[in-house]
Amino acid sequence: MTMAVYRLHALVCAGAGCVSSNCKAVEAALQDELKKAGIADEVKVVETGCIGTCDLGPLIVVYPEGVFYQRLTPDDAREIVNEHFIKGRIVKRLLYRPSEGAEPVARTSDMDFFRRQYRIALRNTGVINPEVIEEYIARDGYTALGKVLSSMTREEVIDEIKRSGLRGRGGAGFPTGLKWEFAYKAPGDEKYVVCNADEGDPGAFMDRSILEGDPHSVIEAMCIAGYAIGAKQGFVYVRAEYPLAVQRLSKAIHQAREYGLLGKNIFGTDFSFDIEIRVGAGAFVCGEETALLTSIEGKRGEPRPRPPFPAVKGVFGKPTLLNNVETYANICPIILNGADWFAKIGTEKSRGTKVFAVAGDINNTGLVEVPMGTTLREIIFDIGGGIPKGKKFKAAQTGGPSGGCLTEEHLDIPMDYESLTQVGSMMGSGGLIVMDENTCMVDIARFFLEFTRDESCGKCTPCRVGTKRMLEILNRLTEGKGEEGDIEKLEALAKYIKANSLCGLGQSAPNPVLSTLRHFRHEYEAHVREKRCPAGQCPALTNFYIEPELCRGCGLCVKVCPENAISGNRREPHAIDTDRCVKCGACQEKCPFDAIVRR
Amino acid sequence: MGAANKQCCCCQSMRASDERYQKLADIIARYAGQPGALIPVLHQAQEVFGYLPQDVQVLIAEGLDVPLSEVDGVITFYSLFTSQPKGKYTIGVCMGTACYVKGAAAVLEELKQQLGVDVNGTSADGLFTLNVTRCVGACGLAPVMTIGEDVYGRMKPEAVREILDKYIQAEQQAKA
Repeated sequence: MTMAVYRLHALVCAGAGCVSSNCKAVEAALQDELKKAGIADEVKVVETGCIGTCDLGPLIVVYPEGVFYQRLTPDDAREIVNEHFIKGRIVKRLLYRPSEGAEPVARTSDMDFFRRQYRIALRNTGVINPEVIEEYIARDGYTALGKVLSSMTREEVIDEIKRSGLRGRGGAGFPTGLKWEFAYKAPGDEKYVVCNADEGDPGAFMDRSILEGDPHSVIEAMCIAGYAIGAKQGFVYVRAEYPLAVQRLSKAIHQAREYGLLGKNIFGTDFSFDIEIRVGAGAFVCGEETALLTSIEGKRGEPRPRPPFPAVKGVFGKPTLLNNVETYANICPIILNGADWFAKIGTEKSRGTKVFAVAGDINNTGLVEVPMGTTLREIIFDIGGGIPKGKKFKAAQTGGPSGGCLTEEHLDIPMDYESLTQVGSMMGSGGLIVMDENTCMVDIARFFLEFTRDESCGKCTPCRVGTKRMLEILNRLTEGKGEEGDIEKLEALAKYIKANSLCGLGQSAPNPVLSTLRHFRHEYEAHVREKRCPAGQCPALTNFYIEPELCRGCGLCVKVCPENAISGNRREPHAIDTDRCVKCGACQEKCPFDAIVRR
Repeated sequence: MGAANKQCCCCQSMRASDERYQKLADIIARYAGQPGALIPVLHQAQEVFGYLPQDVQVLIAEGLDVPLSEVDGVITFYSLFTSQPKGKYTIGVCMGTACYVKGAAAVLEELKQQLGVDVNGTSADGLFTLNVTRCVGACGLAPVMTIGEDVYGRMKPEAVREILDKYIQAEQQAKA
């Protein structure tokens, strides 16, 4: 097979975020314009997985220079083709600007967002076309599997992973090599390798991006794991909310089988291994390992007590190795570059890199992969570009509904497993939700409890009833009906649920409450004692007011108010009748002078 | 249950003329005897019927040789399975953390008002079912709303009416 040589490569991001912003139309327009200009054989358009800067899509990166064009519409295609591709002049107006009015930055290598990253798990996402196996192979794909099958014993593979210090990227951070060793040592002829792609933690989407952008890296790593522990069959458990991931993974499995890289006698050896996809059906608890295994068996995804651990008794009662997507994505580079290379990255106890999904009140939302131990400040302010509209940073939630919040005082702690646990949060799967000064922490805790209450499977009482009771109290607080003693009740319940729940969901469900209580107790107290929401968010505790010195009396708010609650003479300050106001916020959205405040 | 079902000859003849039941039989045949087949079969059956009515549940239970109680248990456990018919379009408002922080609650409130339904309700014209979804992983575009396969990012309550009208108009045009 010969590969055609192209003068330029235009990488169109087709990650989930960009597909949602209609990158397909931009791609089609680009192809169209290339044909019209007669240079379709000079510029290759490649559809890639997630490039990482999700809020800037649709976007393209043009190589060899790495010019980054953002927020494109199909109409922009013509100018890019005529100016850049033909005349070599970069189209300035489509470049990224770090802040309003700042000089545009042309190349990805000059953008702080990319420059400060270290990509191992995301090495191929946004670089290759995930639907073409040759592109993966051209980037050393399946070389690690070849190396393992031709020159390493099963014990050597496990030893390499152990020495690398890699720990599970799905939440708890258990040493991966040890897990492999347990599954390897477990007695039994029939064993399974499972990939947990049930990424349910709201705000985390790195597993989705890896499956959509580099599915072969997971397939190859699962094959290596199968060889190491002695399994012939693998399962990938993907949540149903990720149809594109299911589609790309299916295609990749199919291609790997055609190439003899999956199935019987891989690489002509006597090692056989195949992978099947199992699609979830919308139950957060199935991310818990024992629940996930039960769900693969086609049952209600309820967790069961451990031991026995899955390594001993997993899918269909057989020894099972279970790792998450990002963990698998680290395996091949470790095999190829060696454990020592990997162990040099990161901190002493947390080796390698971690992918964070940065979202919420932050300028650059998206996926960033940084060495373990990078500070929160670097992620939020240097890579993430800080908080929009000049607002103040208030907190960042890590670990989703199982984790806790970090505040300003934690901005300089290293982000690794131990440090995060020490300050009452956790690494979790790497979701990082940034919140600005307008976020009410009691309401955030309520939001997470509502989530865990809904997702509790109901098997054990502390979680089923306990989360409901906690939510009732939190609802009371945010509605202004809090009573003295509520905070203490919350604390007592939280400790009880943590200590007595069956699985990780219940054991960690109270964390958001405990952590917000630890850092923002005064906000809880204000809700209870003063019936006041300091952040001005809880509708029952706040009213809209017009600042008379800012109001110009334009009357826009009067028109937009659905309840006719605003009155005033033209060109004179208006006023809101708080009795009639339904607190919809429409006036605040509309006001051109920011004269309407909530407090 | 099985016996009662067999007596009902009118359903049987209705089924014979309904190609959806043929599709269901094919799906069951493909998976029968395989371990862990129930969830994939339910997924595909729901794709065919739009929901999982009781007669379909009975056929699956019999075909896969699992108790009907277990079929029902699995359907009620997982939020994506439904035994109730849905509107033509399913609206999903993402309530992931990023979307929540960016104001998804206000978008949901507006949808409730405009459609005159609560969460999980179907509008009177049978066109829309309003759902709240878990994180759809498009956090960069928060807040996000989906209608069928279409995704709407950076949603604002003011944009809701116009988007709904687009579907209603398309529907009216199709009828005309």
